[in-house]
Amino acid sequence: MSGGTREDGNHDQAHTDEAALSARLRRLGEGLGQARGRAVEPSDDTGGDRATTASGYAKGFRLSSELVGGVLVGAGLGWGIDRLLGISPWGFIVFLLLGFAAGVLNVMRSAGVAPGAKPDSGPSAGRKQ
Amino acid sequence: MTVDPIHQFAIQDIAPLFTVGGKHFAFTNSALYMFIIVILVSALMIAATIPRAIVPGRLQSAAEMSYEFVANTVRSSAGTEGMKFFPFVFTLFMFVLFANMIGLIPYSFTVTSQLIVTATLALAVFFIVVIYGFWRNGLKFLKLFVPKGVPVYILPAIVVIEILSFMSRPISHSVRLFANMLAGHITLQVFAGFIIMLAGFGVVGWFGAALPFILVVMLIALEFLVAFLQAYVFAILTCIYLNDAIHPGH
Repeated sequence: MSGGTREDGNHDQAHTDEAALSARLRRLGEGLGQARGRAVEPSDDTGGDRATTASGYAKGFRLSSELVGGVLVGAGLGWGIDRLLGISPWGFIVFLLLGFAAGVLNVMRSAGVAPGAKPDSGPSAGRKQ
Repeated sequence: MTVDPIHQFAIQDIAPLFTVGGKHFAFTNSALYMFIIVILVSALMIAATIPRAIVPGRLQSAAEMSYEFVANTVRSSAGTEGMKFFPFVFTLFMFVLFANMIGLIPYSFTVTSQLIVTATLALAVFFIVVIYGFWRNGLKFLKLFVPKGVPVYILPAIVVIEILSFMSRPISHSVRLFANMLAGHITLQVFAGFIIMLAGFGVVGWFGAALPFILVVMLIALEFLVAFLQAYVFAILTCIYLNDAIHPGH
């Protein structure tokens, strides 16, 4: 076939060259696309990260303050009960643990994982049973 | 040249007032800024409502936008009945917003970077919720602590945990605003300090100082966002807590 084209002259030669060239171009384009895709994806990710950094930071603050709040209230209440009833250190131990549980509950509610004391608490809790 | 990033939060006495039991009470820079905030908010609202134009001017539309914004927040998270608390929520929102924004002016004092201020605001919300909740619902308010559909044998522990969770609200409510403002201002100060320190190294330092300078410019923009966002978060949390007082234990 290639002999035929050679005999036919320059025109067909140019045609096959063009086909080969376009095939090479396509391959190159695909390769570039892949490389660009690979290059773009991570940078896109970091861009997204940067965009969510502010809200992620706000969320981190929110969740940590919820947890710390629960633990602090539990510890404070336990300490107060110990002082009041003179049962140190049992009140502190029990209420610190309960406060930790309350803090985790706060965090889960704040993150929307657990049903809160909100309208959806009844039905979803009922479904679980 | 060193920069003290905490110095900006120092409370300074402006005028001593009186002494009670060995404690000195004084008119401080914090109190001065609170007065400035209240005067500015009042001035904005009064000046904006004087024209009463149907087509609002610049000032009036700013006031109307803030009204609409807070009113929508209250309606969406506390219901139409929550609108009776609108003046309270609006006052809180404007106070916190102006405190945060004025704090971003260089050399000014940030009222909301003091835990005692935010804790007072959060405790006011907490006590309003408790008192109004009992006044409106009576003992039914306690249903807030008894989630539905919980087996009886773990109910006592759950109730104690719910009460602790309820009591921890003012802490997270106040610490969130306080910590955001404190951290933001310290970060700004530290990076601004880098500019001065690097610039002290001569010509090479000037180029080095450009980096923290760019960062400070970006941080300032972020801080404006945080200032608004935290005021909004404070208001919306207030609405959510008030909603518990209005409709406890669904």
